[in-house]
Amino acid sequence: MATQKKLILDTDLLNVTVNRLCQQLIENHANFDETVILGMQTKGVHLAEMIHEKLEQSLNKHIDLGHLDTTFYRDDFRRRETPVKANATNVPFIIEDKNVILIDDVLYTGRSVRAALDAMIAFGRPRKVELLVLVNRKYSRQLPIEPDYVGSEVNTIASQKVLVELMAQGHSKNKIWLINKEDQ
Amino acid sequence: MSQLSQKHLLGIKNITRKDIDLIFETAKNFKEVINRPIKKVPSLRDVTIANIFFENSTRTKLSFELAEKRLSADVVNFSSSGSSVKKGETLLDTVNNILAMKVDMVVMRHGSPGAPHFLAKHIKANIVNAGDGTHEHPTQALLDTFSIHQKFDTLEGLKVAIIGDILHSRVAISNIFALQKLGAQVMVCGPNTLLPKYIKSLGVKVELDVKKALQWCDVANVLRIQLERQQIKYFPSLREYSLYYGIDRKLLEQLDKEITILHPGPINRGVELNSDVADSDHALILEQVENGVAVRMAVLYLLAGVGTS
Repeated sequence: MATQKKLILDTDLLNVTVNRLCQQLIENHANFDETVILGMQTKGVHLAEMIHEKLEQSLNKHIDLGHLDTTFYRDDFRRRETPVKANATNVPFIIEDKNVILIDDVLYTGRSVRAALDAMIAFGRPRKVELLVLVNRKYSRQLPIEPDYVGSEVNTIASQKVLVELMAQGHSKNKIWLINKEDQ
Repeated sequence: MSQLSQKHLLGIKNITRKDIDLIFETAKNFKEVINRPIKKVPSLRDVTIANIFFENSTRTKLSFELAEKRLSADVVNFSSSGSSVKKGETLLDTVNNILAMKVDMVVMRHGSPGAPHFLAKHIKANIVNAGDGTHEHPTQALLDTFSIHQKFDTLEGLKVAIIGDILHSRVAISNIFALQKLGAQVMVCGPNTLLPKYIKSLGVKVELDVKKALQWCDVANVLRIQLERQQIKYFPSLREYSLYYGIDRKLLEQLDKEITILHPGPINRGVELNSDVADSDHALILEQVENGVAVRMAVLYLLAGVGTS
């Protein structure tokens, strides 16, 4: 097996991308009075925290940030070899009638986002939900789900993988890789 | 580790420390779920669970049933009174008949020690032991230790005394295994007649004086006197038991430290525990009940995920 790695985003480029995503969010949500942010466990939470910090700095106000775990809502439980480990959900506010920005690192089949939409409903009926992802893997969706805000788009095939390494997880630098696994 | 090492939960003796840690971690997440306005998750929507109770139970059965419903499982209930068991059907036949109706998991309480172990050898479904005679009651031990874990963050080095009718108690045996696997020091305390002969071989301290036991421990798990299991008299009277082993506020105030009190219920108020202790801040009793649902959700959820691919 020859493994090829291609760098999609590094620390500097990620910074530029996150700044741009924040600007887009401010354009659409103005002062965030009616908007809350939900990061999807686990890596979506790190990204959500980065975006949340920047937004609070630029707007100079408090914005609600929650962590959403989708494990108990997945549709592949009892269908995969090893179950996914559950993480903490922490949504200390009501999302009823709010605009929700759902944040994840990579959008691939769309199944995690479907589970997240289910998980979210337990905390109320939002007015509107938008999806922000750092990497959008195009042409790989299994459900009719598309992102509203995209950091970077890549064309991938099933044998490829997007690897997200973030400093918040203990890596020395922020790096997003496209990994190619080919048979020799 | 995101998977249990066992397909069944027959006893704490059969599971590993890693299993217990995984159950605790998952239970913590389920505790958050059951405190939401919408307390239900769809995880087990394609799973059918049979609760088979050959012995009386109120809180364990209710707690299991709630846990199953919060996980969106389909639930069928069976209790031996008024069933074909009374007509002479064997345990295996009863359960096989229930399984023929396509049941995936069985939660069973039975009066005979080892009954769930016997079943596990003969049927495919996951089995959860909800108490087998005087042998084990694993989910009770898990919720007791989980409640202690929630309060103290770790059980490593903690001193826990189990006080009361150890001889007839499956809660005591399962608790001893669970506490030891989690690194706690365990003492049992009760009248000599209610301590099993070989209890020391489990590596626990033995104390006959309840005051000394309370002085030693950080946590006391007080057990009920199981009169229904006692065919002969082990002590002269309940009044005398209460006089020597009953725990009241006065006794706790004589200690030079604060200890935490657990009781698996149902409490015989005024016998092993006085109301001024049972209803005090020292007691974790109602928290144990709340944690019971979360822990049982974790057990059912994790067992459902074992080896299904």
